[in-house]
Amino acid sequence: MDVLDLSRWQFGITTVYHFLFVPLTIGLSAIVAGLQTAWYRTRKQEYLRLTRFWGRLFLINFAMGVVTGIVQEFQFGMNWSAYSRFVGDVFGAPLAMEGLIAFFLESTFLGLWIFGWDRLSPRLHLATIWLAAIGTTISAYFILAANSWMQHPVGYRINNGRAELTDIGAVLTNSTTLVTFPHVIFGAFVTGGAFVLGVSCWFLMRSRDASAFRATARLGLAVVLVAGAGVMVSGHWQAQIMTEQQPMKMAAAEALWEDESSAGFSLFAVGDVEHGRNRINLQIPYGLSLLATNSLDGKVAGINDIQARYQALYGPGDYRPVIGLAYWSFRLMIGFGALAVLLALAGLWLTRRGRLPAGRWSYRFAIAGIGLPFLANSLGWIFTEMGRQPWTVFGIMRTAAAVSPGADVAEVALTLAGFTVVYAVLAAIEVRLLLKTIRIGLTDDTEPESPALPALSY
Amino acid sequence: MTTVWFVLIAVLWTGYFVLEGFDFGVGILLPVLGRAEADRRAIVGTIGPVWDGNEVWLLVAGGATFAAFPEWYATLFSGFYLPLFLILLALIVRGVAIEYRAKGVSTRGWDRAFFWGSLGPAVLWGVAFANIVHGVPLDAAHEYTGSLFTLLTPYALLGGLVTLALFTFHGALFLALRTTGELRAGASRLARQIGLAALVTGGAFLVITQLDTGRPATWATAGVAAAGIVAALAATTRGRDGWAFTANALALAAVVATLFGNLWPDVMPALDPANSLTVTNAASTSYTLTVMTWVAAIFTPVVLAYQAWTYWVFRRRLTGAR
Ligand code: HDD
Ligand code: HEM
Ligand code: HEM
Repeated sequence: MDVLDLSRWQFGITTVYHFLFVPLTIGLSAIVAGLQTAWYRTRKQEYLRLTRFWGRLFLINFAMGVVTGIVQEFQFGMNWSAYSRFVGDVFGAPLAMEGLIAFFLESTFLGLWIFGWDRLSPRLHLATIWLAAIGTTISAYFILAANSWMQHPVGYRINNGRAELTDIGAVLTNSTTLVTFPHVIFGAFVTGGAFVLGVSCWFLMRSRDASAFRATARLGLAVVLVAGAGVMVSGHWQAQIMTEQQPMKMAAAEALWEDESSAGFSLFAVGDVEHGRNRINLQIPYGLSLLATNSLDGKVAGINDIQARYQALYGPGDYRPVIGLAYWSFRLMIGFGALAVLLALAGLWLTRRGRLPAGRWSYRFAIAGIGLPFLANSLGWIFTEMGRQPWTVFGIMRTAAAVSPGADVAEVALTLAGFTVVYAVLAAIEVRLLLKTIRIGLTDDTEPESPALPALSY
Repeated sequence: MTTVWFVLIAVLWTGYFVLEGFDFGVGILLPVLGRAEADRRAIVGTIGPVWDGNEVWLLVAGGATFAAFPEWYATLFSGFYLPLFLILLALIVRGVAIEYRAKGVSTRGWDRAFFWGSLGPAVLWGVAFANIVHGVPLDAAHEYTGSLFTLLTPYALLGGLVTLALFTFHGALFLALRTTGELRAGASRLARQIGLAALVTGGAFLVITQLDTGRPATWATAGVAAAGIVAALAATTRGRDGWAFTANALALAAVVATLFGNLWPDVMPALDPANSLTVTNAASTSYTLTVMTWVAAIFTPVVLAYQAWTYWVFRRRLTGAR
């Protein structure tokens, strides 16, 4: 493997890893804030205990989100210095804004929330968790604006061998950003909802604190359903924008080899990349044309045709991403997401009008369901990023040209191994800690819980 | 405009070293001062609410460098590849340690991780900045051409010792300010010893730096730095914890001002001056800088206000074991 491959693995692994924690942080922060609001309004002790319980789980996850994010901030310079030189003028701006506007907000107010239970008035204390939750969402917006610029560069010109910003408004209101942001946020809420649902079911299965956890199970169900609908609608918009901006990605996602009108949505295909065709392809008729163009007979471009057009446009080269990967990551993203939504629908039925299922199986499904949105999210990113290949910035910079020229194989291999090992260990610790915290369950809050705070004195 | 951003980035690093400097110091002092678990809890508790907000100063310094001086960002972080990797690992382990130690799984192990995760960056930032100021081998494309060992000169290692001593001193002063009883007494006692070490190493480093790259204005800031450390020592001896901490914060700011003052108009001098990165050739376009200036002008005061408020909310002293 050369520096390029290693750097790609490193970026892929660290980023997918970071994004395991991100959606849960975004989804759970709002859910915890909601529970605390319920307590503030009703003063029912149960809501307070729930706020604290889910808050503990949220914090364990948040810590991992933070420390893995730090790596992200510096990786562009470390492994992708040519990229950084080329795009810094445009790309650095949203990144810096994210830090100044969002990271300060979320980290400072979360600190206040954790340690401020007995120092702030309940109202102010409630405001801190909301501000932290809002901070996570703002952070998502800016980083997605940066990423969308790589998918669909706008508001720049090429000058002196680099991309220069000409219109910050265009970058921040990139059409790609506007559809990606809701998709990612809804995806995050599906994640948070499924997590709350699954963990609540763990308690219901054991008949521990059933009334409290029935409430959060229903809350989780509702969140999954609403956000699931949002993910699908926004995903549909995204697919349309993508067909227009990155037709190759859509063609690869559908293993559609030739330009086609009234194209079907492929369910299962076995491709033959060498000859540029499918051996087997099971389709929903008209599905793809409908998804991509909103009309049954819309024309969708195929891989072979786009390849020929790109060669004419950008010069000789292979402009196809790894087709099998794009195809399956796209399908499985939708599939795992859809499964989560189906699960939630079933759950809503089973818990209607105060009921609770008696058997253990439905609970087991719900617990297993926690994993579904994580898979969908990771696959969604793998699709988005790998489907863009060979470009790092679509149409203007190739991944191969983006890598640090000075980096050597040994260095990158060492850091790749280092991050991977540390991340694996941390994952084990985090899961253990989550399980331990879940097992403890709801606690009574007669004593102030601000962790590790000794008695006050003057 | 480029000079404004050069100064802003210096300010961000100042914020980072002044704030996370004491976090590092607290981590380094944990095994020394925290004999009983209650003490250790109080020690970590002093930075619990604020450490993450402090660390964001680093992230913003990084992000602002990317936005305002992309070439600098690219050269610096690809050039200092392995030291940065070690810093990142340390920050990861340390952040997790602070958040997870209280959750009761292998607390002692986390304390060790917290210690090393604080010690490592405290040394490495000094090594990195000494190299930046002195200059490193860059080629015409501004790519770093040296290796890890090019960075480990005696001068740079001295720089590492200086930040270690300064941050530890800063941490001791912070702990003296934020605790009571035995803990406070212990922190003050240590502060006096470490302060002397900081004064000696820091003084030597600044003199060498000034002889190497100094200019008249930075002799003044170097003088302020030394005076700040002396004042901090004097104040802590008299039990004036607040003044001691403030004086040392000023000293840290003066150190950063000295280093950046010597750098300007370079941002990363090359051993062959023709290849140096300067505020001009490393900068973004004036449009980008203007946009970022507006953003900074609007949001920096807001951030400063709510971070200051946080310190106000958590102003009470903590006690350890009785
Ligand atoms: C859609 C959302 C999203 C995406 C795509 C990313 N992040 Fe992230 N990031 C967040 C959403 C987020 C967050 C929700 O704001 C986090 C997660 C947990 C947390 O603490 O904040 C966070 C934390 C976080 C932190 C720590 C902040 C702190 O100390 O409070 C940094 C430095 C980054 N991220 C940087 C990045 C970079 C450079 C990315 C691109 C490669 C990236 N993140 C992708
Ligand atoms: C958090 C969600 C994200 C995930 C899971 C993700 C995933 C990936 C993966 C798997 C790759 C490797 C692709 C390949 O080498 O074939 C990659 C590459 C890359 N991504 Fe992302 N990405 C995410 C967000 C972002 C964001 C927000 C940015 C920019 C702001 C970004 C910038 C890049 C860059 C610079 C590369 C390296 C060049 C390349 O290999 O294409 N990514 N990402
Ligand atoms: C009907 C269902 C869905 C459709 C039609 C859909 C569509 C899409 C499309 C077209 C993209 C690629 C955008 C691009 O590269 O420009 C994408 C990316 C992504 N999807 Fe989905 N998706 C669906 C369900 C889900 C679900 C359930 C989740 C997670 C819970 C999810 C998470 C993601 C993520 C994280 C990305 C990468 C970020 C992005 O580019 O937005 N998707 N989706």
